[in-house]
Amino acid sequence: MTTSSTARNTTKNTAKSTTESTTESTTRTMTNRGGDVRLTGISKTYGSLTAVHPLDLTVPQGSFFALLGASGCGKTTTLRMIAGLEEPTAGTVCLGDRDVTRLPPHKRPVNTVFQSYALFPHLDVFENVAFGLRRRGIRSVKKQVEEMLELVQLGEQARRRPHLLSGGQQQRVAVARALINHPEVLLLDEPLGALDLRLRRRMQQELKRIQTEVGITFVHVTHDQEEAMSMADTVAVMNAGRIEQLGAPADLYERPGTAFVANFLGTSNLIEAEVHSTNGDDVVLTAGGGRLAVPRARCAAPVRTGGRVLLGIRPEKTSLTHADDSAGIPAGRNRVAGRITATSFSGVATSYVVDSAACPGFEAYVQNIDRDPRLVPGAEVVLHWNPAHTFGLDTAPAARAGAAEAGEEART
Amino acid sequence: MTMLTKAPPPPARFLDEDPDERPGAGPYPGVERLPARAGGRFTPYWLLLPGILWLLVFFLLPMVYQASTSVQTGSLEDGYRVTWHFATYWDALSTYWPQFLRSVLYAGSATVLCLLLGYPLAYLIAFRAGRWRGLVLVLVVAPFFTSFLIRTLAWKTILADGGPVVGALNALHVLDVTGWLGLTAGERVLATPLAVVCGLTYNFLPFMVLPLYTSLERIDGRLHEAAGDLYATPFTTFRRITLPLSMPGVVSGTLLTFIPAVGDYVNADLLGSTDTRMIGNVIQTQFLRVLDYPTAAALSFLLMAAILLVVTLYIRRAGTEDLV
Repeated sequence: MTTSSTARNTTKNTAKSTTESTTESTTRTMTNRGGDVRLTGISKTYGSLTAVHPLDLTVPQGSFFALLGASGCGKTTTLRMIAGLEEPTAGTVCLGDRDVTRLPPHKRPVNTVFQSYALFPHLDVFENVAFGLRRRGIRSVKKQVEEMLELVQLGEQARRRPHLLSGGQQQRVAVARALINHPEVLLLDEPLGALDLRLRRRMQQELKRIQTEVGITFVHVTHDQEEAMSMADTVAVMNAGRIEQLGAPADLYERPGTAFVANFLGTSNLIEAEVHSTNGDDVVLTAGGGRLAVPRARCAAPVRTGGRVLLGIRPEKTSLTHADDSAGIPAGRNRVAGRITATSFSGVATSYVVDSAACPGFEAYVQNIDRDPRLVPGAEVVLHWNPAHTFGLDTAPAARAGAAEAGEEART
Repeated sequence: MTMLTKAPPPPARFLDEDPDERPGAGPYPGVERLPARAGGRFTPYWLLLPGILWLLVFFLLPMVYQASTSVQTGSLEDGYRVTWHFATYWDALSTYWPQFLRSVLYAGSATVLCLLLGYPLAYLIAFRAGRWRGLVLVLVVAPFFTSFLIRTLAWKTILADGGPVVGALNALHVLDVTGWLGLTAGERVLATPLAVVCGLTYNFLPFMVLPLYTSLERIDGRLHEAAGDLYATPFTTFRRITLPLSMPGVVSGTLLTFIPAVGDYVNADLLGSTDTRMIGNVIQTQFLRVLDYPTAAALSFLLMAAILLVVTLYIRRAGTEDLV
């Protein structure tokens, strides 16, 4: 009981201070105290393997930025190049107006929270946290370290060795050890990967709280799309050494620019369709004998009559009506007729898999409000949704190839 | 700091502070309470038996025998009898204290030299050797494939008078410096303290390198990255992270070098002269040439006591039990 109400409080605080910090960071940029992280044409190759293709990226000061991607997509390499632990093959890393590309890690105003925490086993928690301050020649560290340990609520563990702490406590020591230096940028390399789900959710809120409190730029690397979306102001989705798409979590989710993003962030139903005509602001497509509409503004692919477009719709945005009731579906909605092949009940919602001429294996989530007992495998149904929720993607082979892999990964 | 001093939101209770999250609770609670298998109660003692017997026959019995020898008096012709003559210890110490001192000095110098040579070597093998690591380790141990005596005799040739090594040292005026320090005499290296220390260093180097390597190799490379990330220069990283974490290796390496080196007599015998006799040489002579068994036994016990003393002080000082 207590725990849940505290959690709610924290969330509320977080939401409030996010707005504050956004305004704050805007002001800072305006007054040109810019501590933005700017990567220009940065790339990394190991022999014949290209880990990161030339990439440009700006992380605004004070923002919580997430680099999201599957393992081996180059996100950690990008992070390590910002930290100075990896030397870029080409390109530059700038912090504000300063080019730090050639600076060794110990000369960069950047700190990292490592995936494995990398706490010094021979030093106690206090000395681990004080390490950075002492290296910069600060003598009286006691007050600062104690305050920092208070912030991560480890005051009582100050004199213990790291191996005596639990995973979550070690993770907080790692955060404290980096944050106490007031770096211009805090880099987080999958810091929550080793924690169990329950604890991870908790630490996500905690990190978000700390970030809004101290107002330092956070660059967070993760493969967990939910983590990236719930924590970050801006998410960059990386795939095979390239940034596929960058934007606010809701924008990325609502309007994915590529099939990879559409499948990596949540699930999408993708239907290959042919452009039939344009009707005002809508593009009319044909697929499986039916007509479907997508707003021109939500179409990331070039539109020309006879051309092909990949039409996407999120499973939770579709409704499912039994074929007998199809007359009652309001006009103007996209419709696809098909037959249910599988259902699975998960309490809050039921997920249906529907095969149709336009799209085999179409997924739909329906909230369990009034359950229609006729919706069982084998039933003829009509899937329908608001065209405004549809998005259009390029069918280019490269994009499709990525989608296939991402689809597999997302489903497994 | 101003931003940090802002009152934090109401302290949240961390889930990881649940009792089951505590380290030590472990994934298998109660494992230690499992009943021991029937009939297995004496198994540990049976397993210990061969070791205990071995120690009894080859360590404890000779010790008791030597202890009794050290308090005997008599002569070879009349035979020796236990007369509790503890004065032998005092006589041995007052006669041979220079050899004791010399042994500690030579072994100490050799240990320091081994550490200075071995640490960089172990460091390179552990962190920089890459795929050559295995080969270099074999090379470190390779000299052990030939006998200790042969290897020491080889140094006799290497350091021979008028040989290339001595010639080079002479030309570089190194021998002037070592001569002034009393380590060499004139244009000779052989039969001087320097030769003995060189021999000891050479012979015991692998005993230093291997433990050092083992402890360095265990250090997580990401700790170096973390230290660099926290503003430590490469040198500070070494001093604050690598060196403290390799202390167990330093301690065991120095002990494995120092203890056998103190009692060694082969190096002093083959590479030294009568002026470089170590306590090992004295014990050997007393046992095998002079046949004064009580003195030899007393010297052995004194040496053992001296080593125990030095080692205890050293371990106290190094405080290794504090290390992970």
